[in-house]
Amino acid sequence: MSENVLKIENVTMQFGGVVAVDNMNLEINQGEIVALIGPNGAGKTTAFNVVTGVYQPTNGAVWFQGEKIVENHPQGKMKQQYKGQHAGEYTGVRAPAPDAITKLGMARTFQNIRLWKSQTVFDNVLIAKHCRTHSNFLSAALRLNHKEERAQRRHVEELLELVGLADVKDELATSLPYGKQRRLEIARALATEPKLLLLDEPAAGMNPQETGELTAFIGEIRSRLGLTIFLIEHHMDLVMDISDRIYVLDFGELIAQGTPAEIQNNQRVIDAYLGVAEDA
Amino acid sequence: MGQVLSTLLPGISVGGQYALIALGYTMVYGILRLINFAHGDIFTVAGFVMFYAVTAMPVQLAIPFTIAITVLLGFTVERLAYKPLRSAPRMSVMISAIGVSYLLQNLMWYITGGQPQQYPVIPWISDSISVFGAETKRVTVITPILTIVLILALVALIKKTRIGMAMRAASRDFETARLMGIKINSVISFTFIIGSFLAAVGSFLFFSNYSTVSPTVGTMPGLKAFVAAVFGGIGSIPGAVVGGFIIGICENIIRGLGYSTFSDAFTFALLIVVLFVKPTGLFGEKLEEKV
Amino acid sequence: METKRDKTIFWGLVLIAAFSVLSLGAEAAAGATGQTLLMTVLKKGTVYALLAVSMNLLNGFTGLFSLGQAGFMLIGAYTYAILTIPVAKRAGVYQYYDGGIVQFSIPEAFSGVLGDLVGGVVGMVVTLVICGLLAAFFGWLIGLPVLRLKSDYLAIATLGFAEIIRTFIQYESFAPLTNGSNTLRQYPTFKHLYPYVIIVGLCILGIVLLVNSTYGRAFKAIRDDEIAAEAMGINLAKHKMLSFIISSFFAGLGGGLLAMYMSSVQAKGFTVAMTYEILLMVVIGGIGSISGSIIASYLFIGCSEWWLRFLDDPGNNPGNLKLLAPGFRMVVFSVFIMIVVLFFRRGLMGEKELPDLLRRKPRKAGKEAAGK
Repeated sequence: MSENVLKIENVTMQFGGVVAVDNMNLEINQGEIVALIGPNGAGKTTAFNVVTGVYQPTNGAVWFQGEKIVENHPQGKMKQQYKGQHAGEYTGVRAPAPDAITKLGMARTFQNIRLWKSQTVFDNVLIAKHCRTHSNFLSAALRLNHKEERAQRRHVEELLELVGLADVKDELATSLPYGKQRRLEIARALATEPKLLLLDEPAAGMNPQETGELTAFIGEIRSRLGLTIFLIEHHMDLVMDISDRIYVLDFGELIAQGTPAEIQNNQRVIDAYLGVAEDA
Repeated sequence: MGQVLSTLLPGISVGGQYALIALGYTMVYGILRLINFAHGDIFTVAGFVMFYAVTAMPVQLAIPFTIAITVLLGFTVERLAYKPLRSAPRMSVMISAIGVSYLLQNLMWYITGGQPQQYPVIPWISDSISVFGAETKRVTVITPILTIVLILALVALIKKTRIGMAMRAASRDFETARLMGIKINSVISFTFIIGSFLAAVGSFLFFSNYSTVSPTVGTMPGLKAFVAAVFGGIGSIPGAVVGGFIIGICENIIRGLGYSTFSDAFTFALLIVVLFVKPTGLFGEKLEEKV
Repeated sequence: METKRDKTIFWGLVLIAAFSVLSLGAEAAAGATGQTLLMTVLKKGTVYALLAVSMNLLNGFTGLFSLGQAGFMLIGAYTYAILTIPVAKRAGVYQYYDGGIVQFSIPEAFSGVLGDLVGGVVGMVVTLVICGLLAAFFGWLIGLPVLRLKSDYLAIATLGFAEIIRTFIQYESFAPLTNGSNTLRQYPTFKHLYPYVIIVGLCILGIVLLVNSTYGRAFKAIRDDEIAAEAMGINLAKHKMLSFIISSFFAGLGGGLLAMYMSSVQAKGFTVAMTYEILLMVVIGGIGSISGSIIASYLFIGCSEWWLRFLDDPGNNPGNLKLLAPGFRMVVFSVFIMIVVLFFRRGLMGEKELPDLLRRKPRKAGKEAAGK
């Protein structure tokens, strides 16, 4: 069962003269947990933003469940400036907005938490169900969609139960402690019914105990919901614990990939994290 | 040549007046990211102050007096209506600006009884002269020159002085500037003082041409000056100047072609086209939110 | 949960019925005591309540800072007047343009079929809906370019469009349709207060239902965090446009009602200042609170038209003070507003609604005290 869920193909993201992601190639199969790690500023979040449609790559393509969803090639001024590889291989332009990509079955969380501040915990998750709503605004306003609404509310209750926030569902999202806000972000992403879940530093700012709980939780939702998970993380214990495979990014370039054990012993990765002495 | 110049000259002149007002908008926006909706009304108040001042003192005194009062008003408005909202969402400050505009208009209406008043004749600049055979007031010729001089002075101030450096720092990054020990409140006050000063000068020139003052007369030139600022790229001083002149000239060409009904609408249509094609204006910088 | 939803419609209709009965009572009382200002405030306040709520939908619930309200109201007001002036009176109204080019009147057409009274009322209501639809159409047209813009740019572009609409309506070449810069008058109006209450009530009920539906929740998500909303699958362009069109619809319909209330309309009155006033009502009531907007509209109109009127009368001056004079009431009033804007930034209601306050008062109060 190694059906391909996400494939990043020759993706280069160049801002002006700066290459943030250089010729990235990455594959994630059904049911895997894959981590993308690398020092600060290596281009991890940029890669996420390309996959989720926030940025349009300069060159390359992204495939989701066997379908090419994003494609671009250097255009206009970028034609001269382009420093990456595979120039001229891509001719099409596909740039769906983030919401369209989410509807395809991909959902994300944010590195700097982006909950809807004025809404309750429950409503934060319920709003995310909106993209699966079939009723139009008139039937919604006239309450002709009560069946759908009821089903959505039930699903939200289930999700809150799953992430362990059922007891605080009527609190304002921003009144929650940090760790719970992160969980809420995950619940919100799950509400969009994704097949692939992208987590951008889900354990940032958590203490070791919370990180441990989160590690177990990510493993649990994967098996319970049959998800594929792609995550960026700095907490190495979490990464090494749950990842099936790891990709390492440094200065926009993939420098290694493999199982946690392989990565731990990879000299280039160690150099990238610790730095290499100039005359060693 | 003479014909072309006599059609262009009024446009250039109005453009200069817009440019002077637009600078007030653009400098405030540059630092506070606030559309100061009250700026047009401050400009109108300057008109009224002049009107009342000449009844009590000679014109030579009335001019500096008007400038002083206008500057004081700009300073006070900032201290009372914008400073308390420094940490509030931007929308609150914008609403406060609209509130100030509403207050100033009602105040002017109350004091003047809502009647348009005849703007005093300022000697020399209101004299009629003939340029290339066309009769015009001297103010028409003086405006562009004075505008350029004032702008050069302003640029020098911003480039060469310490307070100018502080202004540049504040418009680049408000919070960091504050952390670097720049007295942000003095910088902002100073910005409003300069903006109001330029609005007062603009009012002498504008009303000498326009000749009547009424409480709402400043709304349109105010909005147009704002459009000029957006057109040139809000926050950019050369942008405001170029925008002011372009709008003034276009407007007069449209009037000249016999579509004066549309001169206001044209300004806004131009604004919308610019925002559509280049949302940050001619010289504006791009701001993007980080995800 | 879902029984609660059905109740919204039920209680909304009950409230509308109750207020209609109350308005009959108020009218009788006003008639008996000769208090005409009360009726002015109630009628105008009712119309403005709809205008404020429709603006709140956009500014408060979707976070789109639009200043185009007066333009859409103008479209509504003119549509209403143009389509309802009785044919016989058109020659008089359009005296400079040979009676204008529109030579029918919707209420008259309905009167022909349904009888004078019923047909007239049906025709007026149908016309009001047309006002809304036309404004909504222009909302769509204007929304296409401007909704891509961010906060203050959006504000200034919508403001610009309102001015453009005003210019075009006054344009001489359209005068056979719009009567140019002359007034439109002699169209049918509602004499009583209750039709205003019923129509505005139904419109506001519609907005309340929308705001509490899945679409309303999506609007609020866009307001709170656009990037997160988009990442959660909410199509920004589509939802912003939806909110803009619906707000324009009700602004247009409200404009039609305003035309009725004013009994004559002239484009030059629909200035930016009108938009500002409605915005200030929204702010006073609380950005994001529908009941706040409604209450604030009546208070605003009450203050500006009635309760502060004594300030305008030079006869009331104590001693030798010459403070009280025409216009002073508006100065005092604007100072009030500035105080609200500066010190009570959340307005009367914040983002809460009246039922929230009634229902959860004890618990909320305790929690807030604990929070502080």
